[in-house]
Amino acid sequence: MTSVHASDIEPQDLMVVLRHPPHGSHWLREGIDVALVAAAFGQRVGLLFQGDGVYALLKGQQAGALGQKGTHPQLAMLEMYDIESLWVSAAALTERGLSVDDLILPVKPLTAEAVAELMQIQPHTLIF
Amino acid sequence: MLNYALLVHGAPYTHQAALSALRFADTVVTGGHRLATVFFYHDGVHNASALMSPPQDEVHLAEGWKRLHQDYGTQLLVCIAAGLRRGLLNADEARRHGLPLHNVEAPFELTGIGQLVDAMLNNDRLITFAP
Repeated sequence: MTSVHASDIEPQDLMVVLRHPPHGSHWLREGIDVALVAAAFGQRVGLLFQGDGVYALLKGQQAGALGQKGTHPQLAMLEMYDIESLWVSAAALTERGLSVDDLILPVKPLTAEAVAELMQIQPHTLIF
Repeated sequence: MLNYALLVHGAPYTHQAALSALRFADTVVTGGHRLATVFFYHDGVHNASALMSPPQDEVHLAEGWKRLHQDYGTQLLVCIAAGLRRGLLNADEARRHGLPLHNVEAPFELTGIGQLVDAMLNNDRLITFAP
């Protein structure tokens, strides 16, 4: 898997960091909601999937067994909101035995160094 | 002098987040800065419950937030979507949803996530307090 380096990254108005998987809590859903609303308000928004947040991107998602709606319908709306800067921690994927081919969106994998630089160049970061 | 906004994700008395946020808020205003907005999101919306009744020898979080509004004009904004699904409603929303009771009152205001984006863009700092 080739990773993007920080020099290739354009700063956004807002970066939303998603660190939780779907279904187990409302963190992911409420984080994506903020990204969508900010984009609707004309902000350029980027998403970084880190840690268990990478599970949000797995193919074959469904509603949760306990009646949770799931977050894949929200992610399907990103393109409509012009949220196209999608990054994922390459280490988080590797640690979970995943690759970008397992994911539903065209995300750019970042090295740990690039994640750190990404955090530094964004004017606003919200972590969920 | 800086303009601050706080984003509180932690439920009262469950995690340290809300206590830390209130302590930070007090330090902002006594330090000569302006605390424009506290935005309650995720489980943080429970900070707005008018029915919060902690024992007398504990910090009363809801009273603490209200004091900030009274003394410094800080806006206390509660995400309406996060609030409604967790049972935090003001009189208008209770009426709209056909419910006989409500538990959010002024100076707490139910509002949209757009106000969070606004607070982020229009203040020098937005600080998040999460569990």
